[in-house]
Amino acid sequence: MEALSNLRYLEFGEMIVGPWAGLMLALFGAEVIKIESGFRLDMTRRAGVTAEGGRVAAYIPGQPIPEGMLTDTPVFNWVNLNKKGITLNLGTSEGVELAKRLIAISDVMVETYRPGAMDRLGLGYTDATKLKPDIIYVSSSAVGYNSTGLEAKQLGYGPLFRALGGLGYLTGYPDGPPGEGLGRDDVLAGTMISTAVLMALIYKQKTGQGQFIDFSAREGISFLIGDSFMEPVLNNRDPVRQGNRDEVMAPHNCYRCLDEGMDRWISIAIGTDDEWSAFCNAIGNPEWSKDGRFGDAPGRWQNQEELDKLIEVWTIDHSDREAMEILQGAGVAAVPSFSIDELWGDPHLAQRGIFDVVDHPVLGAQPLIKSPCRLSVTPPNIKSHGTMLGQYNEWVYGELLGLSRREIEDLVEKGVVY
Amino acid sequence: METALGGIRVLELCSMVAGPFCTKIMSDMGAEVLKVESPETGDEARRRGPYAGDVPHPERSGLYFYLNTNKLGITLDYRTAEGSKILKELVKGYDVIVEDNPPGVLSDLSLGYETLVESHPALIMTSITPFGQTGPYRDYKAYPLNCIHSSGEGYVTPSGTLFRDRPPVKLGKFAGEYEVGTYSALATLVALYYKGFTGMGQHIDISKQEALTISCLFDHLPYTMVGMTVSRLMPRVPETGVVPCKDGHVMCVSFEQTFWERIKQLMGEPEWTREGWYDDQDKRREHAAEVRKRLEEWASARTKKELHEGALEEGVALSPFLTPGEILQSELLKSRGFFTEITHPQMGKVTCATAPYHLSRTPWRCERTAPMLGEHNEEIYCRRLGYDKQELAKLAGLGVI
Repeated sequence: MEALSNLRYLEFGEMIVGPWAGLMLALFGAEVIKIESGFRLDMTRRAGVTAEGGRVAAYIPGQPIPEGMLTDTPVFNWVNLNKKGITLNLGTSEGVELAKRLIAISDVMVETYRPGAMDRLGLGYTDATKLKPDIIYVSSSAVGYNSTGLEAKQLGYGPLFRALGGLGYLTGYPDGPPGEGLGRDDVLAGTMISTAVLMALIYKQKTGQGQFIDFSAREGISFLIGDSFMEPVLNNRDPVRQGNRDEVMAPHNCYRCLDEGMDRWISIAIGTDDEWSAFCNAIGNPEWSKDGRFGDAPGRWQNQEELDKLIEVWTIDHSDREAMEILQGAGVAAVPSFSIDELWGDPHLAQRGIFDVVDHPVLGAQPLIKSPCRLSVTPPNIKSHGTMLGQYNEWVYGELLGLSRREIEDLVEKGVVY
Repeated sequence: METALGGIRVLELCSMVAGPFCTKIMSDMGAEVLKVESPETGDEARRRGPYAGDVPHPERSGLYFYLNTNKLGITLDYRTAEGSKILKELVKGYDVIVEDNPPGVLSDLSLGYETLVESHPALIMTSITPFGQTGPYRDYKAYPLNCIHSSGEGYVTPSGTLFRDRPPVKLGKFAGEYEVGTYSALATLVALYYKGFTGMGQHIDISKQEALTISCLFDHLPYTMVGMTVSRLMPRVPETGVVPCKDGHVMCVSFEQTFWERIKQLMGEPEWTREGWYDDQDKRREHAAEVRKRLEEWASARTKKELHEGALEEGVALSPFLTPGEILQSELLKSRGFFTEITHPQMGKVTCATAPYHLSRTPWRCERTAPMLGEHNEEIYCRRLGYDKQELAKLAGLGVI
């Protein structure tokens, strides 16, 4: 038995945030029914190419899908594993009725449209509770459900949350620009939604009651820097970007390694005097390491720029992995700043079995990384490739809602299922 | 007040950020979290700033304060024989242990999952370590800096940098550790839900490296698709991205043509946007440097606020890089209750962030501020475990509590 196998979950919404939340739970066995529009394709479905990689005409939402264009992509596949995708036109009253029939038999629904859009369709929380009194209903948006004024118009893309949420300002070199992020922030917002859903599920397990969850993605990013608000609150000044620096530890940086043009670096962090002497021993106790200025933690911190240059004289003669082996052997926290290709070739991760491959009927073998939530009794499982456009129409409308083949064909004809 | 996780008891054997954030996610929603700290020094976070009024003191750390709201706190050195016995007794009353010791440390003290589960089959234990409980790096040492760099996220940060000779850097502050705490909470909540139906516990093995690398989704994909290794030296959104303005920077994205159309409108369709090449997404990329220069010229005469307000009106995907201090001023966040005020005995009234999920029946609430070192020793040892005050004093004398 899987941890969430008694759960039916409806997913309304595209891109990454909502779908990632659904993925986190689908991997533990939740039955996630993904409602898609064939009229306005999910942005992550718009491959822009044919199966052979040929170019196609630009896809315009609302227009027919260009001849031969793939509607499956590696990103869509990854984010929509284990799900059951259907197409449903919520712009028709019959489409809305079908959505209502699905809500009536579901435990959880998550929607990521603009706040208010679901209410206008008659699919808001109040409507949903009439169909399923104990439903857990999540409304996720850029700045929150009940927002008013100009800010309520905020668009919901990950790089914007990072900027608005404060993480961008805190990432990067002190004298450089703030750091942009692409996609990571959407993923994390999705993970937070899945934790909130579980909290509500645990409450429902105990009391039988559902509830409404209002999730704000920009607040999600601020949640990841919660302690950074303490400085303005307590001492009336803003924290600043610190690169790799730490408030008390030094050395605490990345150092260039022998790289033959490959841009390789090792991160080294030293927290105690014992680690410092272990480090000095491991690199052969060079003359400079006996310099009194580096004798204690405050001294090392004060003189860290100079120290960094001296350390790099040693690291530059070693590959990142060699440096890791030597320093870890001495009990020093030293780990390469791994590039993605290094990770896919890493013996530790391979032995841990984090990589998987799922076969996709159109895209072929798709390499993936498994969920980091390793539960011993109910581990996460990848059971099927990312759902294809309308792949489960027959199953959901036929088996689940009990419509006849004839009725389904009729709905397709009328553009309700499309 | 009704809480989502009321009645769930969690024992925290963690320090600094990742583990404490995992249990904070639960304590803030009503779980009873008992934090176990070492008797002499307590959580390492107590020796981290910012300190209230810049006065370094273990009860004035902003980091500790934020990460330990709604928890009870006791001191216990479970590395001593006596302490380990006490912990074993204590565990019986708890549903979950969250711990961040290096692999094997608890087992050596006969406090590993495999031992505890014998007398407590429903126990959920979440172990958080840099590289997980198995594999060749399991015993490697890693601080938060090393963990973020172990994941691939450091290597691509700061994205699009022009400083080719500088090292990759971490995510800001402790963001990586918060991410780990979030995945740890997710895993623990899944196990709690399963336990609710089956009464069964389990062991959860969280590797920080794995929790951090999964979110590098858009760096893994170019590699798995076409073998491309993303580097911080490649601009991701070359013609827009991070744009300097009068009083800081804004982020501007233009994934598709429609995005560009709106940027153009916001700029008032200047002359240069009418040149032949600008209207094609691919051509704009080819002329990225030129597009950027024009954008920067336009933005440099405007403030973050002006640019953002214009963007909101026109539906442009542009937002300012806000500082924590600026975020604290947001009327919208205040009205949504994202910030709240908590009174701390040493620090006075302190504003702090709540949570991004607002649950209608069981909202975020603060029942108690972060515990003083050993604040709940008497309550837990005497009232719950039945020690008398003399025994307590004796244990304190031995340095056990």
